[in-house]
Amino acid sequence: MKKKLLAMLLATAMVCSLTACGGDSAGNTNVGTTDDGAADDGATDNNVAADDGAAGNDTAADNGDSAGSATTGSSLLTGTLKLGVIGPLTGGAALYGNAVDNGASIAVDEINALSGDFTIELNAQDDEHDAEKSVNAYNNLKDWNAQAIIGCVTTTPCVAVASEAYADRMFMLTPSASATSVTEGNDNVFQLCFSDPNQGSASAQYISDNGLAQKVAIIYNNSDAYSTGIYQTFQNAADSLGMDVVSVTTFTDDTANDFSVQLTEAQNAGADLVFLPIYYTPASLIMQQAASMSYDVTFFGVDGMDGILSLEGFDTSLAEGVMLLTPFSADATDDMTVSFVNKYQSGNGEVPSQFAADGYDCAYAIYAALSYYADKNGGYNVDGVSYQDLCEILISVFSDPSFSVDGITGESMTWTAAGEVNKAPKAVVIENGVYVGL
Amino acid sequence: MKKLSKSARGSFINYGIVLVFFLIFQIMLSMGKLSSSFSGQLIPICTYVIMALSLNLVVGISGELSLGHAGFMSVGAFSGVIAAACMQNSVEASWIRLILAIVIGAAFAAVAGAVIGVPVLRLRGDYLAIVTLAFGEIIKNVLNCLYIGVDSHGLHISMKDANALGMEADGITIINGPMGALGIKKISTFASAVILILIVLFIIQNLVNSRSGRAIKSIRDNRIAAEACGINVMKYKMMAFVVSAAMAGAAGALYALNYSTVVPKKFDFNTSILILVFVVLGGIGNLRGSMIAAAVLTVLPEMLRQFQDYRMLVYAIVLILVMILTNNRKAKDMLGRMKAGIFGKIDHRRQTNE
Repeated sequence: MKKKLLAMLLATAMVCSLTACGGDSAGNTNVGTTDDGAADDGATDNNVAADDGAAGNDTAADNGDSAGSATTGSSLLTGTLKLGVIGPLTGGAALYGNAVDNGASIAVDEINALSGDFTIELNAQDDEHDAEKSVNAYNNLKDWNAQAIIGCVTTTPCVAVASEAYADRMFMLTPSASATSVTEGNDNVFQLCFSDPNQGSASAQYISDNGLAQKVAIIYNNSDAYSTGIYQTFQNAADSLGMDVVSVTTFTDDTANDFSVQLTEAQNAGADLVFLPIYYTPASLIMQQAASMSYDVTFFGVDGMDGILSLEGFDTSLAEGVMLLTPFSADATDDMTVSFVNKYQSGNGEVPSQFAADGYDCAYAIYAALSYYADKNGGYNVDGVSYQDLCEILISVFSDPSFSVDGITGESMTWTAAGEVNKAPKAVVIENGVYVGL
Repeated sequence: MKKLSKSARGSFINYGIVLVFFLIFQIMLSMGKLSSSFSGQLIPICTYVIMALSLNLVVGISGELSLGHAGFMSVGAFSGVIAAACMQNSVEASWIRLILAIVIGAAFAAVAGAVIGVPVLRLRGDYLAIVTLAFGEIIKNVLNCLYIGVDSHGLHISMKDANALGMEADGITIINGPMGALGIKKISTFASAVILILIVLFIIQNLVNSRSGRAIKSIRDNRIAAEACGINVMKYKMMAFVVSAAMAGAAGALYALNYSTVVPKKFDFNTSILILVFVVLGGIGNLRGSMIAAAVLTVLPEMLRQFQDYRMLVYAIVLILVMILTNNRKAKDMLGRMKAGIFGKIDHRRQTNE
């Protein structure tokens, strides 16, 4: 009886998930001009994806301009692209994975609504922020016949998947895995975010150039790859710039609830700027504790600090004067950002973080690259193209210096052949509870 | 077949199961019938099977609840990775590198097991469980601050940061603190993983059915009586603990060399508990059961991907159901009747006298 009940429960859950992506076919014809044997699955894909396109049609008119200059709909590009997303959708890092997934979904809906000739089918798989699960997720997407991957969201899984993808020749564009080890030796992996060395050395350069501090203290998370990576490059850049780093203290994920020791050491060393290459949750605690110690100091963060203003229960007045390097700010007033933030807020009920913006830009960057290729070759149909072939095409476009993308995380982003993105880091300072560009 | 004792017959059935498992999947793999999702999981399955077997030696045979088994796995994983990286240029054949890495991983884990075992095994029951848990976390945190690099002068080790290694320009950082080991050359193969399972099974089954194994079991069943019979309690407990740690280390090396990266965070408390779940669900002291449980529970989360967000919920429900069914007298009786129906004779489950 119990088993029957359970079976029914599971069956209903499955039916629900099926109907979510099903729906009645609108009788679309196969627009693809397939000339190889892949016409069959191409046709079915088109029908499914065309529904999405039709559903989103009414919004197509008002967001046409949000696609950016490099991504204006190319009628030469046709077919349905199967795009996989890998990220932590459950577990401790789920915030980041879900943000990327939501951001990418918004972009895909917009792209599908643009012309209808080219559509993207998105499939997000959970990796629980674990290398083993991430490789499983990747293999699962391969079984689904994914043609390219947005991912992985976090660094460690990305390193593991990147080497699998390198061996298979699957193209990967990671929204937020910032370590150099992700792209090192893997010509098929490109980053949309700044790499750790860029962030660390750009921060040191910025502090030094603007004479922000005489003595610098650093507090970083030495159980976290992201934080340690930025710290190491910051330290190297600081040494070569002759910056006076007076205190370096660490914490781990397990001890991220009291920073009085670290702050006292920084205070005793006379630091007038504290560099925090960490995520915003521990950073908020550091600011609270510094305020209660009446330690008046400038805090300088990196992109992980983004989101501190929307943290629940955090007194934003404590973050006054905090400086951070971030590629995205939800308060920007350009059309693209405003349209994205509005859509994200109405769909998910929260202000998009930098991760959501990265996911959004990733989908657009791949679309832009395919459009670019189609324009150059007088038309291109992605139906039934193997991921190996698509990988070579995308690599050639992304490493082409004349290919650039205007996104919400940076204008005219270009990529090096090594896979790193070139875009200007935006330094912002928090004034009266909002980001103000510097 | 009649000449064999009951325990020997059980042992051969276990080898047979592993071999059949290997043959089926190897044939499917060579015919290209296996989905990439499944073929990617073959080595993790083998790793977890070895982990479950080795923990079963401590929990089931020796009767000590250890909650830090992932710690030994990580010692084996990282020492194996370092060994493989050091031999990268000197040893040509990848399978020799793999064997040496596994042996070195097992040796280091055995040393860790001996170091931890001496203080820990003096404790009993809950205290022992908690101290093993603490040791597992200590190993993880030490590995989190460990930086190791290799250059033309040999190994460099630092506990501070990667810059403090002071390597030559040609140096490679093998282990980079919380970022773990990066750029591992993948040399684990399915066949080597299956051979390792067979070796581990061979060691455990022969140990259990030997004089030493009977001493270990007697300590589990009644420590005072065993001591009164002149059995050196510490010696036999250590024997089980160190052998188990070494096998966990071998599994760790096999696991790490299957991925291009491995981080200390992976081997936390959750992984230790996961392995304990394999052992408990498969049956404490029941080697075959823990092997099957490890394989099934490793594949299950992947099979449940179609449930998307409800995946972990369904996984938990399955765990609870298995737990209830295997401990339910009615279910057991039904299983017994089914068995009897199949074999045509009453074959009482031997779980009690195992």
